[in-house]
Amino acid sequence: MPETGTRPTIGALEARASAGLNAPRISIRNLDFYYGANKALKAINLDLPDRQVTGMIGPSGCGKSTLLRCLNRMYDLYPGQRAVGEVLMDGENIIAPGVDLNNLRSRVGMVFQKPTPFPMTIHENITFGVKLHERPSKAEMEERVEWSLTRAALWDEVKDRLNTSATGLSGGQQQRLCIARTIAVRPEVILFDEPTSALDPISTLKIEELIDELKRDFTIAIVTHNMQQAARCADQVAFFYLGEMVEVGSATQMFTAPRERRTQEYITGRFG
Amino acid sequence: MSTTLTGTAGNAHLFPSRDPRIAQRLSRRRKRINYISKGLCIVATLIGLAFLAAILITLLWLGLPGLHLSVFTETTRPPGSNGGLLNAIVGSLIQTAIGTAIGTPIGLLVGTYLAEYARGSALGNAVRFVSDVLLSAPSILIGLFIYQVLVNPFNGFSGIAGCAALAVIVIPIVVRTTEDMLRLIPVALREAAAALGAPKWKTTVFVCYRAAIDGIATGVLLAIARVAGETAPLLFTSLGNLNWSVSLTQPMSSLPVTIYQYAGSAFDDWVQLAWVGALLITFGVLALNILARLILRPRH
Repeated sequence: MPETGTRPTIGALEARASAGLNAPRISIRNLDFYYGANKALKAINLDLPDRQVTGMIGPSGCGKSTLLRCLNRMYDLYPGQRAVGEVLMDGENIIAPGVDLNNLRSRVGMVFQKPTPFPMTIHENITFGVKLHERPSKAEMEERVEWSLTRAALWDEVKDRLNTSATGLSGGQQQRLCIARTIAVRPEVILFDEPTSALDPISTLKIEELIDELKRDFTIAIVTHNMQQAARCADQVAFFYLGEMVEVGSATQMFTAPRERRTQEYITGRFG
Repeated sequence: MSTTLTGTAGNAHLFPSRDPRIAQRLSRRRKRINYISKGLCIVATLIGLAFLAAILITLLWLGLPGLHLSVFTETTRPPGSNGGLLNAIVGSLIQTAIGTAIGTPIGLLVGTYLAEYARGSALGNAVRFVSDVLLSAPSILIGLFIYQVLVNPFNGFSGIAGCAALAVIVIPIVVRTTEDMLRLIPVALREAAAALGAPKWKTTVFVCYRAAIDGIATGVLLAIARVAGETAPLLFTSLGNLNWSVSLTQPMSSLPVTIYQYAGSAFDDWVQLAWVGALLITFGVLALNILARLILRPRH
């Protein structure tokens, strides 16, 4: 494990890779996705290994965020968007009709590109999600608030002002609050959709360290435009291009010896 | 020669130069236009403010001398017997309060429907259009409408008919501000709530309303300010009442209608009371507007 404050080196990357990939937590099989008549994902097959980080890379519009939004069925908010195929979690196809979406989203949490604190206090931001699915006692709730904020590396900064507005926090703090809010619900999987693209380098570093820490308990998928970020965070990397998954492999293999020419060209910055 | 970067005739095409005299002339022209438009804006503002100031000064000038305690303690009386405006003030308060209380929830729910459930749907567009028409409908038509449905079929003019007319005016104002305020809330916030597993109604009530509450409250206050001064819809509904009455089934007095009746009368004390009534309404509405501003002002 890297020391706090330093970034994982290539050595760490190789150490992680040598450990291999865990059994899949989510299995995506033959997944197509449509925005109206426009086919945005074509026959995707991908496994998300349990309690490891899957990085999704590719140029804008390649479908990686779309894929992420299939995993918690975010697309269901919008008529005209639909997915065909299978996304298996505990043997259940979560994109089948009849799946309880609110329950699914309590198991598959999501952190967005821009920090989206609710217009409430810091404390209420955490309890909002918890109260949707549980009825904890007051003491349990306080414990949960502290636990989630601690896990999100925010507790020390906000413990004295839990009852102030969350919108008064800095961008990086807001994003960590959103992570705390997500883990407070105790999901099994957390989806990160470019979580650091609106943040400064210091906040980005904190979030990346956090992701590294969170994967002990959560299965993580992260969409990123930042190659270094994918290299630093991910155990497995999938490269998408024009709605297809071109290649998937361990982070080391993808960044040192990609099989496909398109992957190689994208990673070395020749297009995208 | 070939490597020089100055705009000499020989290689001007390599590095376009600009004529400083033309630049100066254009700059002077820009500044002149700037001064002229700034001047026009200031003049227009002053004209607008002058009208406002004239109204306020006239009201204070003619209203203040008649502003005694008796205005608030005595009811309207025949000319020459030291009457007040108590029944008109109380009548206005009752009708405005009930009208707002009826109109606000309806407006709030319609606005929520338009912003959260009916974006781009045909029914939503139709409702929005009708609401906007209602927003700009002459208020006397609303008075006539209520006259047809609540005054004519029952036994005549009543306070509740006045309340209903004011409610009809409140609804489209609250619809519009609610929809506008809810639409300002970024989609990302709704998605964030949904991503935690929140059903839509909880997202709307606990996240969207929370984010939009300042704007919605301002809309309600502006609606109150608007109906507090309405005369025409009350003429056909609550009619006005020169005696003390707080019964909703009887004709009910109100400030605007009393002003309308008194201001055109031949009695000096009635005319004086009309000015006092106008002063009360104006400053009541002004106070509401200031309150709305204070609420809308960002906190922290």
